[in-house]
Amino acid sequence: MNLVNDIINVERKATREGFGEAMVLLGKSNKEVVVVTADLGESMRVDEFEKQNPNRFVQVGVAEQNMMGVAAGLALSGKIPFAVSYAVFNPGRNWDQMRVSVCYTNANVKIVGGHTGISVGPDGATHQALEDIAMTRALPNLMVVVPADFEQAKKATMAIATHKGPVYLRLTRPKTAMFTTATTPFELGKAQVLRSGKDVTIFACGTLVYEALLAAEELREEVEVEVVNVHTIKPLDEETVVRSAKKTGKVVTLEDHQVNGGLGGAVAEVLGEKWPTKMVRMGMKDSFGESGDPGELLAKYGLNKDGVIKVIRKIIND
Amino acid sequence: MDKAREIRVEIIKMLTLAESGHTAGPLGTADLFATLYFGGLINFKVDEPYWDDRDRVVLSCGHYCPVQYATLALAGFFSMEELKTLRKLGTRLQGHPVRQIDFSGSNYKQLPGIESTGGPLGQGVSVAVGMALAGKMDRKKWKVICIDSDAEQQEGQTWEAYQTAAKYGLGNLTFVIDRNEIQISGNLGEVMPIEPLKDKLTAFGLRVFEIDGNNIPEIMAVFEKGKLFPDQPKAVIMKTVAGKGVSFMERDFRWHGKAPTSEEAEKALWDLK
Repeated sequence: MNLVNDIINVERKATREGFGEAMVLLGKSNKEVVVVTADLGESMRVDEFEKQNPNRFVQVGVAEQNMMGVAAGLALSGKIPFAVSYAVFNPGRNWDQMRVSVCYTNANVKIVGGHTGISVGPDGATHQALEDIAMTRALPNLMVVVPADFEQAKKATMAIATHKGPVYLRLTRPKTAMFTTATTPFELGKAQVLRSGKDVTIFACGTLVYEALLAAEELREEVEVEVVNVHTIKPLDEETVVRSAKKTGKVVTLEDHQVNGGLGGAVAEVLGEKWPTKMVRMGMKDSFGESGDPGELLAKYGLNKDGVIKVIRKIIND
Repeated sequence: MDKAREIRVEIIKMLTLAESGHTAGPLGTADLFATLYFGGLINFKVDEPYWDDRDRVVLSCGHYCPVQYATLALAGFFSMEELKTLRKLGTRLQGHPVRQIDFSGSNYKQLPGIESTGGPLGQGVSVAVGMALAGKMDRKKWKVICIDSDAEQQEGQTWEAYQTAAKYGLGNLTFVIDRNEIQISGNLGEVMPIEPLKDKLTAFGLRVFEIDGNNIPEIMAVFEKGKLFPDQPKAVIMKTVAGKGVSFMERDFRWHGKAPTSEEAEKALWDLK
């Protein structure tokens, strides 16, 4: 998979930075790409795109419902609009517009939600999107993509621009570990087995994939942990999920999102039908977040390496 | 214009067969649709419905779709026979209109001539702004006409869209607001007043006109006048009689969201003779 050689000592950059860099590339390579934002251009890292492509940058102000509709209208006129804002608003506030103007219409809109998960940190629960995967995953026609680090966010952005149809791309705010490299493969809809193991599988998405890798590494003498990066939640790579569950017989899911309806829900649905497996879902357990440092919050809610190790030991010994 | 009468007759017939749907708004706006499609106000090609240079008619108040369906059929976009399938299983004439992009095949799956999906109020207003923005970015000559209802002015999104249209100076965009004074649960002024609408629209940066929407020469004239303001989006407040043409439906909000029975249809068609 061409990950970095030293998984412990890594550089850190936010997934939103990878998205922003890809948007600059797309601005040059694809003249139909347009950005629509609701007052969050800088924070979503599309300010450089704006500088280079002022005529293809639409600023609607703090009006996310309108932003989604405007994006749909642009798409119906042949553009490839990226509708960009924080996920609590986009798709949190404009879900109906996403449902009707974008998904039902099958308009070629790329919905980009930033500041997801409790890892948003100090801004607190109002700004920590923890339900966005659930609310997008329920919609027909919509693809849901959760890149795991900076490089993957860059590749995912390039890939969704070429994919025909609506996509939701989930991004994060803090600087997080860069563990994939420019040569790590990436294909929409294809889950990645980042580490093979025979005792237990962790299906993870987003920046917490790294915590899963750290946990697997630390447990290597004790347990063989398989780590699968499920960067595309919908359509879910059912084949890879079932194959790994059959192999290990024990499954943990890990996400910076509610366990209900997110990756955990998606994996449970598939395994429930195709290969019922002993399973633990890690994530937010039907609660809101709060202010704090991202690291402290992940520790408090048991979503860091140590939390994963604890859960793995439990599921192995149960 | 006789076309408006023909449209009204088809509206009554299709709604009666469907046994559900909205009657008052479509009847009230038949004159507008007749003028748009048969009065030379918009460019379209029936044999190439998504021709690049066509003018876009966005029906934001999607529940008005019987008037749009009847007009498109009369204009030749599809057969008159298909009107009978309104709201029936497998139809392209869905209860609320849908545009569905098909990336794999013919480019569209929907009824030809439909530009946008509509139903939840306010959404088409934003979609129209997006289309007009795209047209302006590419310096296209085509224009966008968005029809929204007066109750739609109660939606916040509608005003978000208006301010964007004004900010970007979308002179290629005209909103036609059907001011028929009724909505599903009663008279608009009682449910939620929207006046002073003209002042509000003007304050939001639109060039506002007021006309009698059941008067075809006035409809023709207002689009001519609009051309004098090439850099500003236009709003036409169009006063219409809800249920226009059918005596027992006119101005009665109870006809907002129901279809005539066959006896009522007979009376209605008699009125429309």
